[in-house]
Amino acid sequence: MTALARSLVPTLRTVGLAAGLPVLLVLGWGLATQGSQSFYFPGPATVARTFVDTWFGPAFVQDVLPSLGRFGAGVALSIVIGIVAGTAIGTTPWLRELLEPMLEFFRAVPPVALVPVLMLLLGIGDSMKLAVIVSGCVWPVLLNTVEGVRGVDPVLTETSRSYRVHGALALRYVILPAASPRIMAGIRLCLSIGLILMVISEMFAASSGLGYRLVYFQRSFMIAEMWSGIVLLGLIGVVVATIFGFVDRRVLHWYHGLREVARG
Amino acid sequence: MADARTLLRVTDLGKTYATAGRTVEAIRSISFDVAVGELVCIVGPSGCGKTTLLKCLSGLLAPSAGSVSLDGQPVTDPPEKMAVVFQEYGRSLYPWLTVEDNVALPLKARKVPRAERDELVRAALEEVGLAHATTTYPWQLSGGMQQRVAIARAIAYRPEVLVMDEPFAAVDAQTRADLEDLVRRVWRDLGVTVLFVTHDIDESVYLGERVLVLSSSPTVVQEDLRVDLPDDRDQISTRALPRFTELRTHVHEQIQRAKRDEHSEAVEPHAPAAHT
Repeated sequence: MTALARSLVPTLRTVGLAAGLPVLLVLGWGLATQGSQSFYFPGPATVARTFVDTWFGPAFVQDVLPSLGRFGAGVALSIVIGIVAGTAIGTTPWLRELLEPMLEFFRAVPPVALVPVLMLLLGIGDSMKLAVIVSGCVWPVLLNTVEGVRGVDPVLTETSRSYRVHGALALRYVILPAASPRIMAGIRLCLSIGLILMVISEMFAASSGLGYRLVYFQRSFMIAEMWSGIVLLGLIGVVVATIFGFVDRRVLHWYHGLREVARG
Repeated sequence: MADARTLLRVTDLGKTYATAGRTVEAIRSISFDVAVGELVCIVGPSGCGKTTLLKCLSGLLAPSAGSVSLDGQPVTDPPEKMAVVFQEYGRSLYPWLTVEDNVALPLKARKVPRAERDELVRAALEEVGLAHATTTYPWQLSGGMQQRVAIARAIAYRPEVLVMDEPFAAVDAQTRADLEDLVRRVWRDLGVTVLFVTHDIDESVYLGERVLVLSSSPTVVQEDLRVDLPDDRDQISTRALPRFTELRTHVHEQIQRAKRDEHSEAVEPHAPAAHT
């Protein structure tokens, strides 16, 4: 084997493993629908063509952007509320004792069950959709922040106390960084729940958005269009996970480094 | 060190832990004074409450009886004039901060201006021989180097008292010897008062100008010993001195006696200790 081939093999292996299964699945899909006239299960070529026709055009501005806007705003709001409230609860023992049973109660309520109530309270506009997303997304961030803030190594807490690192400085340089691995785990959950709730909130009394469009396609028997919407949702999920992975590596680079060293 | 002004005064210090259903008397009654500029080692059998004593001294734990005062001021909270180096170096450094940021954080809390802070950090890291590692993370360093970072952080804080809790218990023997010499050098260069807690008898005699031998729990000061070894200490020649051997044997006997006392006391019926 030449040196070039030897350096090329691992790269090809990585690319092959990452892309292999999607390619195989699409091929299988193509074969299974080959020559089939099934109305509900169009082939990949049809869906791909519909995908371009449906989403590269006015629908992008009318449906995709509003959806992404609601998702982004809902997730951002959940992260901010979750971290602020979680830090307050985690650092204040009496507040935690007061709120913990209530938090467990509200967390257990499925956000979808709140949609009719929120519609009554907030109407059918964007604020209702935002409230649905936040009502489900805030919990993983909040509860993980509480645990993370409480779980600061006592040696580190004593070190900070003995060097008189208090208040905002301790929050910024000790408590939040120490909690950040847990907070990031909460945000990861928050993102996937947020995508689901975005679609669900748009299925009720909406006039735009991916959820609205999907229901519309289904009811109009525009099956290829419906499938293309589902593919689009999956792709958004992949992009969101990729962005999260990038941010996670930057924010927690010390944590990943530390764990790598610990593993030896 | 001609100045014999008392810097740290510990008076009848006692600590009793109340746990579910029973009380454990960790420290019965400890009294001693430390003068400005002294290097005092505290040595005792394992489990004798060294760490408890240190936490009471540094204001991290409230004593059940007696008092601690630093420069005439009662210690109720961690005092500004004191820096602590903990045994668990790996857990006492902030893993998300670089070496220099670890050293700088206590100075930030003290609101030392930026330029002065940078200079203190630089000087402290140079003093411990880590001038080259400022932007690495603690977990990228070996155990001995991590403990040097913790020492640099304490030095940069410019304390009047430097308290060290078995700081070298978890490093290998060669690193330990280097770090011992570092402590001696820091003590002489900076004129700081050092209180060094250890379970290692040789270490206490080699390092200290004075050794406080603690008894087994419930703890009292068993002996206050002055170490009359030459000021200039060296790992090889000092440890080879007959006087060094005499002193370490003496401390060793004291500790053996402390352990025997504990065993003989264990057969006696326990009476609740009454403080005077």
